[in-house]
Amino acid sequence: MPIAIEMPKLSDTMTEGTLVRWIKKVGDNIAVGDVLAEVETDKATMEMEAFDEGVLAEIYIQDGNKAEVGQKLALLVGKGEKVESGGPQPVQESKSTTPKKEEKEAVESPKETAKTETSPTKQVQQDSESAPVDAAGGDRIKASPLAKKIAAELGVDLGSLQGTGPGGRIVREDVVAAGKSTPPKQAVAQEPATPKPPAVIPALQDKKIPLSGMRKTIAARLLESKTTIPHFYLQAEIDAEPLATLRHSINAAAESAGLGKLTVNDFILKATVAAATRVPLANAAFGGDSIIQFANVQLACAVAVEEGLVTPVIREAQKKSIAQISAAIKDLASRARSKKLKPEEYQGGTITVSNLGAYGVEQFYAIINPPQAVIVSVGTIVKKPVINTAGQVVPGQRIILGVSCDHRVVDGAVGAQFLGELKKFLENPTLLLL
Amino acid sequence: MKYDLVVIGGGPAGYVGAIRAAQLGKKVACVEKERAGGTCLNWGCIPTKSLLRNAELFHLLQKRATDFGFKFENLSFDWSKIISRSRGVADKLAGGVEFLFKKNKIDYLRGEASITGSGKVAYKTKENREETIESDNILIATGAVSRDLPGLATNGKTVLNSHDAMILEPQPKRLIVIGAGAIGVEFAYFFNAFGTEVTIVEMLPNVLPVEDTEISVTLEKSLAKQGIKILTSTKLVKADINDQGVSVIVEGKKQEKLEGDCMLVAVGVSPLLPGGVELNLDKKGFIDVNDRYATNVNGIYAAGDVIGPPWLAHVASWEAIQAIEGMFTNHQPKRVRVFPGCTYCQPQVASVGLTERAAKEEGMKFKVGKFPFSANGKALAIGEPEGFVKLIVGEPHGEILGAHIIGAEATELIAELGLAITLEATFAEIEATIHAHPTLSEAVHEATGAAFGLAIHF
Repeated sequence: MPIAIEMPKLSDTMTEGTLVRWIKKVGDNIAVGDVLAEVETDKATMEMEAFDEGVLAEIYIQDGNKAEVGQKLALLVGKGEKVESGGPQPVQESKSTTPKKEEKEAVESPKETAKTETSPTKQVQQDSESAPVDAAGGDRIKASPLAKKIAAELGVDLGSLQGTGPGGRIVREDVVAAGKSTPPKQAVAQEPATPKPPAVIPALQDKKIPLSGMRKTIAARLLESKTTIPHFYLQAEIDAEPLATLRHSINAAAESAGLGKLTVNDFILKATVAAATRVPLANAAFGGDSIIQFANVQLACAVAVEEGLVTPVIREAQKKSIAQISAAIKDLASRARSKKLKPEEYQGGTITVSNLGAYGVEQFYAIINPPQAVIVSVGTIVKKPVINTAGQVVPGQRIILGVSCDHRVVDGAVGAQFLGELKKFLENPTLLLL
Repeated sequence: MKYDLVVIGGGPAGYVGAIRAAQLGKKVACVEKERAGGTCLNWGCIPTKSLLRNAELFHLLQKRATDFGFKFENLSFDWSKIISRSRGVADKLAGGVEFLFKKNKIDYLRGEASITGSGKVAYKTKENREETIESDNILIATGAVSRDLPGLATNGKTVLNSHDAMILEPQPKRLIVIGAGAIGVEFAYFFNAFGTEVTIVEMLPNVLPVEDTEISVTLEKSLAKQGIKILTSTKLVKADINDQGVSVIVEGKKQEKLEGDCMLVAVGVSPLLPGGVELNLDKKGFIDVNDRYATNVNGIYAAGDVIGPPWLAHVASWEAIQAIEGMFTNHQPKRVRVFPGCTYCQPQVASVGLTERAAKEEGMKFKVGKFPFSANGKALAIGEPEGFVKLIVGEPHGEILGAHIIGAEATELIAELGLAITLEATFAEIEATIHAHPTLSEAVHEATGAAFGLAIHF
């Protein structure tokens, strides 16, 4: 029985995905668990695995194209089974054998494979059906020297091509064909090897950038947030002096001990967890007819990536030490940037921190990440004259924290309480080490 | 008996296809009316290479011994032995194919096959018993036979085809060869080397008309120097055949009368079609197949000489493998595009890919890289300075579009360039490959360099 391979729903918010590239190609034998293709969801690029075994008979959605969740991407058939719907083997169809025979062939096929291994000629033939990208051996792309040269010229990404040459090699024809269908923006993006000054200066062109899956999600969700959630904003200036001093001494010690350093953001994350634990109403969501107060602090942290942003989640953050939080966010952020996050790693956050301090932003109010009720916006540490407890003007270090709240869940007082806790922990950062 | 595949014909397409199908675990029968190995092993490539080796050695010993410091008195040859050696080689290889059938558990059936119905193949055994076997898939690999000139049937004595020429006894004193393709040129070289007076008549402007013109012209000079009379742009007007020999009138720049003990007709081949089934044929009568080597009749495929040119054993085998893998695996068969062609006279000629002429006709941008064997150390050491390597290199990427070699061992040297074209290697990859010194293959390396003005020794 042929089995249709459909676009999987890889995240709650996913409605469509982009088939980045097929790892397997038509004719490949597929075992359960084999990676069939890479699919880009609204959040990340993920590997799509096979749940059934068989032979990849047809591919309906080619590399780089989008498909809705549930849309047929490809067809898997049993070994020895022929595809019903035409394709490139029309002559064979009328001679299709009875199902009984097919079963027999399927049973026999392991023997054929065993035989294959002893036959070098067959090996060659098998190789010719493998994909150009050596999945086991990493990222080596099998492409002919000529194909590589032409690809460089046309700005064609060899990694996205299926080779039709010997051994699945990408050959000239494949690149030329892809070059014809490549949108001009790629050719523009690629600097020509020997740029010649144009005779006439062309008019500046507006660039139309097609939406990536991630960009679409950001657009839809933040529009929904800003238009349906009644936001209100609180702000407080925090004395960052103790934090800077503590961090300095911890890092000095950590360095000599060969341990990882802590960032300002690590302290802010830990402080957010601590404040959310103290003020559980801030760690909640509006559920239509109820308010859901979360048992765990699933701490989301906005990470800028090439195409937009992702908010990976540190699970049960209330159980984690600042060192554990630091390690967790480091790992998540780096994998978010390389699009290697699994959906469960960026779903289900209960409260979010967005830190633009690294960009020198002093203060801002982030848009709430629905269905959460609170997002903390963190500015940069600013050195400025401050008035100390003795009433003197002295040099100080300050951070401005913003908190955006969903008024349906969090009232001004609760928000203020939360921000107060945050301030307390950050100004007494040793508490965060307890 | 029901098979997964029945192959009709046991030549380079048939036996290779049968073996590949067997390797894929299929139950296969191969029906052959004469002897396994087909024209190639029995009456083509192999026995003629045996004869040509004799010719090459004799030419060397007789004409060039003094160059090498040898002296012979009463150097002679035994014509019958030359022919029987050639037959012996063919016998040995045909036996080898039968062994391969056994090894791969292929039923080797002797008899003349015809396709009597859907999936049914009938053949007559030695005992004149008619047997029928069945299969969902039939591969026709019946090949081709020499084509006669209209109104000039071959008779095995005075009007010969290549089959007759390779067992011709006694040796003729004068031979007229009609057609200067590979077969005509090889036989001309062979008979000339042993002292037969040979005239080649070719309608087109050059010998080996499919080769690069520069190669053909070089070969013409060389063959003429060896004593062969070459009449190009010349057609046969009239032939008188009698018991004593042949007398023909040919017309080129002028009309001229040629006398010979016999004439060899080497003007191409005609397909050998199996009986019993009507298949779509092309204009020249060869079986019409699609990209999967399928004929218009469901379940019947064809490969090799019977589907048309190029009539080459290695192409036939390749086609058969494509057809078989298309039938039984998910392989998408390919049709032949680039293939090597070899002519085994001395100097040898070998080529793969486009000629300079073809590259120009297709309006391609290219450079020519040429390197003479007279500047190659190994060629001088073995006393074979004749000929050159000529490469047609695409611009701007430097891919190898075509390679043409004339000279010693040209037919062995061409393999590197076939691989280069298949792998789409460019000038840079060949240039970057260290070629052993001293070898003739250095000329290939240098020719690549020459295309970009980088040849070291020229």
